[in-house]
Amino acid sequence: MERSRRSFLKILGISTLGLGTLSSVDLLAKAGMGKAEFAPDPKGMTGKRWALVVDVKKLDEDTTQKAIEACHLIHNVPDYGDEDNEEIKWIWTDKYEHAFPGTEHEYLAAEIEEKPFLLLCNHCANPPCVRVCPTQATWQREDGIVMMDQHRCIGCRYCMAACPFGARSFNWKDPRTTYFKDKEPPNPKYPTRTKGVVEKCNLCAERLAVGEMPACVEAVQDSKAIVFGDLEDPHSEVREVLHEHFAIRRKPELGTNPNVYYIV
Amino acid sequence: MLETALKGSKKYWILIGVLFGLHAMGATAFLYQLSKGLTVTGMSRDVSWGIYIAQFTFLVGVAASAVMVVLPYYLHNVKEFGKITILGEFLAVAAVNMCLMFILVDLGKPMRMLNVILHPTLNSILFWDMVVLNGYLFLNIIIGWMVLSAERKEVEPPKWVKPLIYLSIPWAVSIHTVTAFLYAGLPGRHFWLTAIMAARFLASAFAAGPALLILLCLIVRKVSKFDPGKEAIQKVANIVVYAMIISIFFVVLEIFTAFYSQIPGHMHGFVYTFVGLHGHANLVPWTWAFAVMAVLATLMLLCPPLRKNEKTLAISCLLVFFSLWIEKGITLVITGFIPNPFDTITEYVPTLPEIAITIGVWATGFLILTILYKVAVSVKEEIAS
Amino acid sequence: MYNKGLVITGIVIFVVFFTSPFLIGLVKSGPPPEPELSPKAKLAKQCVEAKEYMVESHMQMLNDWRNEAVREGKRIYVATDGKEYTVSLQNTCMDCHSNKSKFCDQCHNYAEVNPYCWECHIEPKEKL
Repeated sequence: MERSRRSFLKILGISTLGLGTLSSVDLLAKAGMGKAEFAPDPKGMTGKRWALVVDVKKLDEDTTQKAIEACHLIHNVPDYGDEDNEEIKWIWTDKYEHAFPGTEHEYLAAEIEEKPFLLLCNHCANPPCVRVCPTQATWQREDGIVMMDQHRCIGCRYCMAACPFGARSFNWKDPRTTYFKDKEPPNPKYPTRTKGVVEKCNLCAERLAVGEMPACVEAVQDSKAIVFGDLEDPHSEVREVLHEHFAIRRKPELGTNPNVYYIV
Repeated sequence: MLETALKGSKKYWILIGVLFGLHAMGATAFLYQLSKGLTVTGMSRDVSWGIYIAQFTFLVGVAASAVMVVLPYYLHNVKEFGKITILGEFLAVAAVNMCLMFILVDLGKPMRMLNVILHPTLNSILFWDMVVLNGYLFLNIIIGWMVLSAERKEVEPPKWVKPLIYLSIPWAVSIHTVTAFLYAGLPGRHFWLTAIMAARFLASAFAAGPALLILLCLIVRKVSKFDPGKEAIQKVANIVVYAMIISIFFVVLEIFTAFYSQIPGHMHGFVYTFVGLHGHANLVPWTWAFAVMAVLATLMLLCPPLRKNEKTLAISCLLVFFSLWIEKGITLVITGFIPNPFDTITEYVPTLPEIAITIGVWATGFLILTILYKVAVSVKEEIAS
Repeated sequence: MYNKGLVITGIVIFVVFFTSPFLIGLVKSGPPPEPELSPKAKLAKQCVEAKEYMVESHMQMLNDWRNEAVREGKRIYVATDGKEYTVSLQNTCMDCHSNKSKFCDQCHNYAEVNPYCWECHIEPKEKL
């Protein structure tokens, strides 16, 4: 009895495995859709290394507010204030000593000391957050943007530990049932996020895809406080501006190769 | 063989009941966390990993410690360990299960956990952690079960088990090395950015794990007819004291580099844990508790009469276990986030649901351990009679 | 057989438990779902792909849409009939099928499936 029971179970196991493989192969075949195709929008902006140059001299409370509001409204970013340090922010301001910690000193120029520095994801060329993500929910695109796929994120927050710039926010609670409980998300054409996933600035990839500038750049286009362009295009605005003005980046010694420059 | 866990004394069933009750409490708290999100914990944008990940970090070490009895027995014929390799392997199984549970309860989207397998990412240390942890779990389940059932039938285990046992030895080292790599490769987290992180993890693992194993052996001897052996316990105690000395030495090395170089990034973490930084000092009492217990335990273990006396040995082992539980299971992980990338400080205090879930996971692990140990001990008692 | 009574009782309980969804369905099921097309959808006459295909495989298609748009940056879908659509659940699909409770939910509720798409993707406001 023992021997045949064992071989019965073995055969059962192998046939279940076999059936399982067969049916998944079948499903895969069905997923194809004949002659359907996907294509990028011809209006979309293409580049090899998108970058931002922030002219700090042109920043003030008003400009920075405009930039932050443009971004956060378009992307339905909930504003939790700073309760319990669970805020979600894609772009925000902070003082020099917090934007460039370790470089401040007692005799800092008064103008620099009081300036609101605009901080956001640096879309690094050598991003540690991409290196650590176990599911490729965050990855580096060919145009340099460090993207997020909220569908795949498992919420492990390894990327948050890896980012040296504190650019990433986690949805500790569900924005729809908390912040947006009694108010409509401001942009009905863009999704919100849900609890349990990480989010950050995506360099307005969805706007670039249809030929529009990033929202923050557009919001301050009059003063050109933020300039956007392709670093690998020698004739781009960012290259011109960088050629003419000395600019620094946050924590360059860490080798992440940030693509957000600050003209101080 | 599992049926031996279904027969037990009243005390055994009370223990099972208590552990199951705590497990149920943790599961209820976890359901609450699933519905509200991780906001129910004390974690924040700045301290984005808390006690779930910290406890996982500590328990990986406890799991790896099985190698400290397996290696001497299988590679160097230290016969005294023959009786207790199964206890080490089953402790590893329970510990790795706790690790996996702690990771699961920490995820923002646990229902997507299979994404790590569906979309393997070879450059991600977390992917490799998943691989090595699960591999080690299956290795120990298979090895433990095969060897124990062969012992019960009084035959040699099948030949293919031996290579698995040999594989489990470097594999044990790998699980803790990979877990250390989670921390030691992150630019911007200067408290963790040290080459000796993996070495520190291994040293404290080989102290805390065997210390727990000694305590479990003493308990097993008390509640059953199976005696792991005084010599085996003494030999494990030797391993614990050497590992403690090396652990403490490694911490001193870190403190030297930080404070002799006077580099703020290196010093800040230690200043925060030992005396507090800019008025924030949540972890200071914990750190000193660790330091005092660790030194006291080491001194006690160095003293032969105290080491040979099993009552004082038990106290030393408790001190070792709790001191390292604090250091690896609380202060190391939390301090990595302090100060934050902007050089300000957000402190972390676990909330009640978080603590309930943590206790639930520990209870589940001990439930698994109790059942497995009951099986092992029953088999040993069976063949002795 | 040892413990015949216990074993057979156990098997019976297991079979009842295992087939309970079907048994409950026999007693409780209501009429099959009747999803209602919105006026805009009725006017369009054809969805992105043929109706039978959409009914059977819209989730597979949405998964492909999701990967191509978000991960590959390809936000234009050229359907099998050559028409071009913007790849977006929120702005394309829901633009036509703007009555989620009378359309999408009808079949989903009947089949007891709970797609979590709308936890993030904003569904259009319906006039109640």
